[in-house]
Amino acid sequence: MAKKIVAAVIGAAVMGIGAQAAQADTLSDVKAKGFVQCGVNGSNLAGFGAQDSAGNWSGLDVDLCKAVAAAVFGDATKVKYTPLSAKDRFPALQSGEIDMLARNTTWSTSRDSQLGFDFRAVNYYDGQGFMVKKELGVKSALELSGASICVQSGTTTELNLADYFRANNMDFKPVVFEAQDEADAAYNAGRCDAYTTDASGLYSIRLKMANPDDHMVLPEIISKEPLGPAVRQNDSKWLDVVSWSHYAMVAAEEFGINQENVEEMKKSANPDIKRFLGEEADSTLGADLGLPKDWAVQIVKAVGNYGDSFERNVGQGSPLKIDRGLNALWTKGGLQYAPPIR
Amino acid sequence: MSDISYVRERFIPAESPPISDASAYGWIRRNLFASWSDSVLTIVAILAILYYLPPAIDWLFLSAVWTGTDRTACLTVDQGGALPTGWSGACWAYVGDRFVQFMFGSYPRDQLWRPLLVAAVFVALLVPFLIPRVPRKGLNALLLLVGLPIFAYILLLGGRFGLRHVETSLWGGLMVTLILSFVGIVISLPAGILLALGRRSQMPILKTACIVFIELIRGVPLITVLFMASVLLPLFLEPGNNIDKFLRALIGVSIFASAYMAEVIRGGLQAIPKGQYEAADALGLNYFHKMTFIVLPQAIKLVIPGIVNTFIGMFKDTSLVTIISMYDLLGVVKASFGDSGWITPVTPLTGLIFAGFVFWLFCFGMSRYSAFVERRLDTGHKR
Repeated sequence: MAKKIVAAVIGAAVMGIGAQAAQADTLSDVKAKGFVQCGVNGSNLAGFGAQDSAGNWSGLDVDLCKAVAAAVFGDATKVKYTPLSAKDRFPALQSGEIDMLARNTTWSTSRDSQLGFDFRAVNYYDGQGFMVKKELGVKSALELSGASICVQSGTTTELNLADYFRANNMDFKPVVFEAQDEADAAYNAGRCDAYTTDASGLYSIRLKMANPDDHMVLPEIISKEPLGPAVRQNDSKWLDVVSWSHYAMVAAEEFGINQENVEEMKKSANPDIKRFLGEEADSTLGADLGLPKDWAVQIVKAVGNYGDSFERNVGQGSPLKIDRGLNALWTKGGLQYAPPIR
Repeated sequence: MSDISYVRERFIPAESPPISDASAYGWIRRNLFASWSDSVLTIVAILAILYYLPPAIDWLFLSAVWTGTDRTACLTVDQGGALPTGWSGACWAYVGDRFVQFMFGSYPRDQLWRPLLVAAVFVALLVPFLIPRVPRKGLNALLLLVGLPIFAYILLLGGRFGLRHVETSLWGGLMVTLILSFVGIVISLPAGILLALGRRSQMPILKTACIVFIELIRGVPLITVLFMASVLLPLFLEPGNNIDKFLRALIGVSIFASAYMAEVIRGGLQAIPKGQYEAADALGLNYFHKMTFIVLPQAIKLVIPGIVNTFIGMFKDTSLVTIISMYDLLGVVKASFGDSGWITPVTPLTGLIFAGFVFWLFCFGMSRYSAFVERRLDTGHKR
């Protein structure tokens, strides 16, 4: 309820300034000030945005910020990060405090329309899942009838849960908690049979359990949560830069280009690759986006391709060990698909 | 022959007090086992201590992990580390690894000498200020309350005198907690006194203005003020023309503390008998002299516990700035739970215990000092 009120108030306030946002040109502003101000996750979700002890930022969303900076400036360090809470993120983008929002934000109709943002790229396909204790012997969410389930209150998660069980004619006992920490602790202490939240979160919560191997994440995903970068609406030049920065990472993976071989690949005979890397003499791809000719090279040099970034932050190279799943390339059964770069 | 049948010719040597009155036995008897209900409570309390204290000490110190560079240091074999199955203990290695961040947030690591210098100057000015024997209190106060904020502003923010500009979004940790509460304290005490005097003034406009301010601010939660200042204010300002978020939080916390302080001081003013005011008038003192020489010294002395209460409350309230994405000590600690390099079952609890301990240290310090000041100033109301 509180979220709805906040959204309504923000929505009303946003309409007032909608007109003045119409002529926005964030790309020029960013070039003028010399850095990208990127809104990221300040806490909660491991692997997407977090600071290490030296104060350096890393994460899947952070890599997208770095990619945009690399594309615009050829220098991935020209990013300033604004850690944002879930409540704070939309006003921060709306007010111009940040240039782009890369904070595991679900792309939905109302956010695209009512809140006045534009989404296009999806850098992580998430969805709500379940975690159970292995000793229950449950292999599918459809076997959870009658289970007690820990869930955080006031989230779409809670609503999705009710919908899913009703749609499948099953009973469940919700054990509702105000804060995620409390829900984690309750599940760990055995207050409930299963835990539900977004699948990306389940993996990091599993690491907080006394014995992670006693728990498993069930295969069912009961909601769609495409997470992607958001920018203010009616600013298509900037939307292009942000979206194509993501697509360049995906395309680099398709082409098999990574941080090590990017210089070599410039000599490739494949015209798609040459065009992508700005090696074709008459290529104007970069200039048309308002970026330098070697924008894609800079992105790959800074953060690697999408697969590298995924594995480093949330996949096998990280403690989270999330499978590619929906986030595999479309050629490998996933949903990550870059439109042709030409 | 005297008819006095008995006359003592020498004193009886003094007996030691009865065993039930002196000695450890007596003390225990009087304080712990004076009645049946006392005895039961004592035994329950001792059992509770025996039951909870050893595991707590074991968890906090004996089983704790003190060194390590990442999460594997605090993981059991089942979790992918090297500690025995079933182990649980504090992960101080994580606090050690994160210590600089807990203190200074994201303040650039090559510029840390700046907050450290400010902290050193702060201590150097504060300690003599708090010790009554040290002379030159006036100069000291001027340096601490006016000089230090200017010095800290220039040094911490930079952008002047060849210092690199460090924007406030990079500030964090204990540094933010201390700056917010120091500024809040320095502003709220004088502002609170003025508001309290204004509220008791005979001048209708001044009086109404003070009442409206105090009641308005006290009537809304701090979290609302911060949220409004952080979320709604920028929507109505020209994009890019934002008032610094840290400044907004500083203003929010300061006006809040001022309103509460005003009511505490007003309580003290009302406790001063009318005769004191009349005596001051009879001496021919003007309003300013009457207040500064007669009324306020007595009033403030009376409400020291209330003032310190407000200070301590404000010190802890600064944690609320987390909701506007400013990371004070607690915020930084909580944010660090999201670092996949340190996710373990024990890190959140360890971090929260550390934050709690630091808060307790400062609050307890303030509380002890206020008790000392009360004893020192307590000349007329001693019981």
